[in-house]
Amino acid sequence: MSQFIDIAALDDIPRQGARLVKTQSGCIAVFRTADDQVFAIDDRCPHKGGPLSEGIVHGTAVTCPLHAAVFDLNTGQSTDDWHVKTYAVRVDGGRVMLDAAFLARRSAA
Amino acid sequence: MKQKLVVIGAGMASGRMLEHLFDNGGDFDVTLFNAEPRGNYNRLMLSPVLSGEKTYDQIVTHDADWYASHGVDCRFGEPVVRIDRTKRIVYSNAGGVPYDALVIATGSAPFIVPVPGKDLPGVCAYRDLEDTNKMIAASGPGAKAVVIGGGLLGLEAAAGMTARGAEVTVIHLMGHLMERQLDPAAGYLLQRDLESRGIRIHCKGATKAILGKDRVEAVLLDDGTVYPADLVCMAVGIRPEVRLANDAHLDVGRGITVDDQLRTSDLAIFALGECIEHDKQLFGLVAPLYDQARVLAETLLGREAAFKPVQTATKLKVTGVDLFSAGDFADGPGREDIVFRDPGRGVYKRLILEGERLLGAVMYGDTADGSWFFDLIKQGRDVTDLRETLIFGPAFQGGASANPLAAVAALPPEAEICGCNGVCKGKIVTAIEGGATTLDAVRSLTKASASCGTCTGLVEQVMALTLGDGFTANANPPMCKCTDHTHEDVRRLIKSMGLKSIPAVMQDLGWKTVGGCASCRPALNYYLISDWPTDYVDDRQSRFVNERNHANIQKDGTYSVVPRMWGGVTNPAELRAIADAADKYNVPMIKVTGGQRIDLLGVRKEDLPAIWLDFNAAGMVSGHAYAKGLRTVKTCVGTEFCRFGTQDSTGLGIKLEKLLWGSWTPAKVKLGVSGCPRNCAEATCKDIGVVCVDSGYEISVAGAAGMDVRETEFLYKATSEAEVMEVIAAFTQLYRENARYLHRIYKWVAKVGLEWCRAQMDDPANRRALYDRFMLSQSIYQTDPWAELAVTPADWAPIADLTLRAAE
Repeated sequence: MSQFIDIAALDDIPRQGARLVKTQSGCIAVFRTADDQVFAIDDRCPHKGGPLSEGIVHGTAVTCPLHAAVFDLNTGQSTDDWHVKTYAVRVDGGRVMLDAAFLARRSAA
Repeated sequence: MKQKLVVIGAGMASGRMLEHLFDNGGDFDVTLFNAEPRGNYNRLMLSPVLSGEKTYDQIVTHDADWYASHGVDCRFGEPVVRIDRTKRIVYSNAGGVPYDALVIATGSAPFIVPVPGKDLPGVCAYRDLEDTNKMIAASGPGAKAVVIGGGLLGLEAAAGMTARGAEVTVIHLMGHLMERQLDPAAGYLLQRDLESRGIRIHCKGATKAILGKDRVEAVLLDDGTVYPADLVCMAVGIRPEVRLANDAHLDVGRGITVDDQLRTSDLAIFALGECIEHDKQLFGLVAPLYDQARVLAETLLGREAAFKPVQTATKLKVTGVDLFSAGDFADGPGREDIVFRDPGRGVYKRLILEGERLLGAVMYGDTADGSWFFDLIKQGRDVTDLRETLIFGPAFQGGASANPLAAVAALPPEAEICGCNGVCKGKIVTAIEGGATTLDAVRSLTKASASCGTCTGLVEQVMALTLGDGFTANANPPMCKCTDHTHEDVRRLIKSMGLKSIPAVMQDLGWKTVGGCASCRPALNYYLISDWPTDYVDDRQSRFVNERNHANIQKDGTYSVVPRMWGGVTNPAELRAIADAADKYNVPMIKVTGGQRIDLLGVRKEDLPAIWLDFNAAGMVSGHAYAKGLRTVKTCVGTEFCRFGTQDSTGLGIKLEKLLWGSWTPAKVKLGVSGCPRNCAEATCKDIGVVCVDSGYEISVAGAAGMDVRETEFLYKATSEAEVMEVIAAFTQLYRENARYLHRIYKWVAKVGLEWCRAQMDDPANRRALYDRFMLSQSIYQTDPWAELAVTPADWAPIADLTLRAAE
């Protein structure tokens, strides 16, 4: 079941930038593209733990600031085959809504 | 009695024909019909009218006075409806006009693609002034236009509307633009050029329908693509306007059939222009039409003349696009190509030969030799002798050898290769023989190709000739995968095209990606800051994390914080503030850096604003230890305390740091100021070093002590501190304006040559101008970033915390 919760105003996230959402199992980076699409992926680059939220956002991709792996924000897949988890996120009336179903799954587990 | 001549159609061909007629003493009673409500104007010049470079008045070829003085009875806006060949009378709705001779010059009608929606308001052709005015009216800023047809006319329409501010898409059925005049490679260059001007090009696009209720709204393609459109211009081609001729039962093929004298199947009726078919050929370009006009005038005057179509050459009338094609350039058995490409300059030339004759030429980017090739094609002469150097054009003719390098080989040693720096071939050869085996080495020794770089190819050819197999071309790769331009090209184009934002650069230089990449975005941001300090607004999201967060990210995601210590000098209050901060924010490590600063390592991102609020309160500003900018000025103690010091090196270092801090540069810049030649501040391995001596200050540059280790080289001897400051600020500006992003000073100097830098510094006016530009930039960029950033700590923390929620 999807369970979208209000995270922040869209304008709290800079265009071509990201902000963090803290969860018990690490941070989620919520990205906003130049054309106001939003994406949410795990912040931690599986390569050496680089904070993806600090990467340069170009199109619908982000480049890890530590070693330049490029992740597709749609899929969480990087060009050199790393993979991060993606989360459903959408904009509703200027508010960023994140699907928090993963929280329920985790607490149930 | 005067002969009665009736002319149907006041186009360019008939206008020229009448001119010939009157100029050669022709004595006719002329009646000139035209369906358009105006006389002859230069239809070719509609494109400059569309783009706003000319007005209609400027393209009128024959005005009312001209017609009056030659007694021409003008029937403009009065279409001819019928020709009675037996009675020799031409009818319009206003009545009949008898003729002794009739000239049909009805021209052509635009071909309208038979798709649904073709009749909607907002769909036009590109044929006459009415169409042009429609496009002008519909192409204000923000308007969307679609041009169907990527031929000569369609592209001119697209460029014209773009120039007026419209967002234009060209849909072209074929694989590349202007396929009748260009081969695929030149078509590609043209497409790239047009795209860089903001015109969207969709090749292999078949129009399925034009959509819209009351007027045009969009264009739908076969592949499902939809382009919104306020105006659709159909420019897919023309067909001869032959309806009158058909109705009069003249012989008509695709056009009205005429003989060499432009006579139709009726002895009293002639035809010329785009409506005719001669020897199975139709005509669309102006050169043969003018030829027909001359021949027809002679014929009407009773003189011998015959029309023989010649090869025609094409040029596109789009400002700034240089293309030329002539003759036949299709591939075929027995045909050979000579191709020359210079991607750096966007130059492409292709010659098509059959046996010993030149058949065709296609040129893009550099069309200077076009007419020479066109002559060779028209003459059909044997070019065997010229063949090896043919592609270089007339300038290189005379040498015949089996090697394409022959043209360069044949040059005498005193021939100039580099025009900017006046370097001759002999000097380059000497440098190469003296051990300069790379382009960079040749450049730094001789300055050849070190300025505008257009002779790079020639210099490389000289190197190839001199070194033989030992030479490998030093290709200058594109900036990144997003563009085909090199860093140097991008910097040059930003300035020459006045591009003042990242989207503008990406649009006008045809970036191949959306939003660039992590490599080009910081570079572009830097170039724009450097070139347009007062216009451009720094784009924080195009900066690497360290410059965005004004701290150095560490491997564990924490940051290191370095407050500025001017000239490496501190005091108890600053040290206390640092110690307090280290305690307060649990800084795991405090380290003294090589640049005489104190580094606090392991600070969490969310603590950055607070720690800086504390440092700002203690009077400290960012040390920019993370920046492609001025880092540190390292000093020794100088005359203040040292027994050997010759000048106040500490004081000068502080002054230099206060002058230069906050400036953004292509890569980091570190300075050292030593008080005597013992050089305790290690100034001679810095980007810029000052060594004080009794007689003044020796400024040297281009040192390195990283992956490469280099000693600085002498730049300038100054006699006062003020002079040191001016020279160093000016030199820094020279570097800022010219270097490629991420190139340290030593790399840049190796490219442009120290000589050149010295000459810039030795010219007082130039030096002062550089200094002034540096100070202008500093007036905007010399600010402590934390003064602004530290007051919004919320921006540095997570926007939401779901840890509690999960615990529920």
